[in-house]
Amino acid sequence: MTAIADDAVPALRLARFGEAIRRNPTILIGAVLLAGLVTIAVFAPWISGDPFRLSPVNRLRPPSERWWFGTDRFGRDVFALTIHGARVSLIVGLSVALISSAIGLAIGLVCGYFRWVDAVVMRVMDGLMAIPSILLAIALITLTRPGLGIVIVAIIIPEVPRVSRVVRSVALSIRSQPYIESAVAGGTRSGKLLVRHILPNTVAPLIVQGTYVCASAMLIEAGLSFLGAGVPPEIPSWGNIIAQGRTFFQIAPWSILIPGAFLAITVLAVNMLGDGLRDRLDPRLARRM
Amino acid sequence: MTAYIIRRLLATIPVMIVVAVFVFFLLRLAPGDPAAIIAGEDATAEAIAAVRAKLGLDRPVLEQFVLWLSGLAHGDFGVSIFSNLPVTHLIAQRIEPTLALTVSTLIVAVSLAIPMGVVAAWKARGLVDRAVMAFAVMGFALPVFLVGYVLIFIFAIQLGWLPVQGYSPIREGFLPFLASLVLPSMALGTAYVALIARITRASMLEVLSQDYIRTANSKGLTTRRVLMLHALKNASVPIVTVIGIGIALLISGVVITETVFNIPGLGRLTVDAVLKRDYPIVQGLIIVFAGAKVLVNLLIDISYAFLDPRIRY
Repeated sequence: MTAIADDAVPALRLARFGEAIRRNPTILIGAVLLAGLVTIAVFAPWISGDPFRLSPVNRLRPPSERWWFGTDRFGRDVFALTIHGARVSLIVGLSVALISSAIGLAIGLVCGYFRWVDAVVMRVMDGLMAIPSILLAIALITLTRPGLGIVIVAIIIPEVPRVSRVVRSVALSIRSQPYIESAVAGGTRSGKLLVRHILPNTVAPLIVQGTYVCASAMLIEAGLSFLGAGVPPEIPSWGNIIAQGRTFFQIAPWSILIPGAFLAITVLAVNMLGDGLRDRLDPRLARRM
Repeated sequence: MTAYIIRRLLATIPVMIVVAVFVFFLLRLAPGDPAAIIAGEDATAEAIAAVRAKLGLDRPVLEQFVLWLSGLAHGDFGVSIFSNLPVTHLIAQRIEPTLALTVSTLIVAVSLAIPMGVVAAWKARGLVDRAVMAFAVMGFALPVFLVGYVLIFIFAIQLGWLPVQGYSPIREGFLPFLASLVLPSMALGTAYVALIARITRASMLEVLSQDYIRTANSKGLTTRRVLMLHALKNASVPIVTVIGIGIALLISGVVITETVFNIPGLGRLTVDAVLKRDYPIVQGLIIVFAGAKVLVNLLIDISYAFLDPRIRY
């Protein structure tokens, strides 16, 4: 009897998984696109040649069999640049999503649970949210030496308030539930209460919010690099490839449009994954959208 | 009502104080020596000291802070490191193109997005609905500069209908002024239209399932009247909220749009200041942009009371 049940479980899981995908193809499309991009990013040096090899003879060549995405004004291969640019986008998106989720989770939980902290910290968060994120990042970058690390930090700061607001609102609503009251009455300590009873409820909205943070971080990084205030030019990023293509846009539009399309597809994939996860994990929010 | 407006007005003060304190301490807490970084790679010790004095970093922190806040309260945003001009003067010089661009984007986006959302909800699951939803999903993923360059490529380079780049001030003629704003507004507005259309559709769908809509329909009112008067008005609060939230999107997008289209507004001022590491200008711009955002949100909050008389504060 148990043997049959054990056999049935994976099959049942698989069937449920298939059902979820069928009802929600966006998760699958998003995940497949992202998996492809991650593969390209990881194996970039093996897929394409050196993105910085200059070949002045072959400047501004249109896409062809030899240069799939054409060449830029220095004769660099746009294909190699774009493939390597995927690395920066994914590193920035993932690290901003993970770190700002972790910080936002801590701040949100504490604010949702301890009312006296809430009053002060949320005012600070309101102030931070009043500053448009790209400007906040720009301000920090003006004051430091350029680098990938500082770009990540500069994008994390404006994203933290958004994450902590989501976590806080969940924590606030859970806190007023009778089972929390009874746990408090039973003498459960605050720390345990937060970790065991409130934290698990925040996971689903946090994952959904995390994907949106990831998408917005990729767009901000590209924007900053495009403006010349992001990743330094010696690291190829979709934003700075586009910035370098600006002067010759009329002659060589491919050096802008192709990295731009890659960025758009990546952000679209992350957003689709987020929308799908939201419908799956957070039906209440899904109905409102 | 008046009491509510005053209360909301007062609530903006702590937000703006946090903004001011934040930009103040960012300069003091930044890793390394910001004066050395601003002065440049091969600056002499004297040059660095001069920058430090200009930023006020040579005085005690508390004194600097009091000076900075009282300056702000008097409308004194400090002086640019490079041009020595007052920051307020530089901002005033550049504000017109940015205002024109944001206002035209706002008008274009709202007048496109609301009909899109209304029709999508009315013909839910139909072809128009699918198209609108597909656009809404795509619109969020398209970076402003990509949309900008694609538009330039099609409408300015290939078709030659509109100017490639640049801005024509309103006093030099209204038509060239409008022509210079069409493509930038479309580029800047894409994500904003997506956002508003999506919320309009969701909010309308909710309202259209209400009993009073069925009543209105069975009374024989025209579809147009039911949609616009009965449904849209009741669906308006979330729509207006999102229009306000989206202002942040516009402000961030302005910096990039002005660079793509070479518009000499506050966004270009920001970028030029960053490249020259002219922190006082960046500081002043943050206060102005954050102030604009806070002001818009204040107006939105006040508009709730007019849109839905049931809302009492």
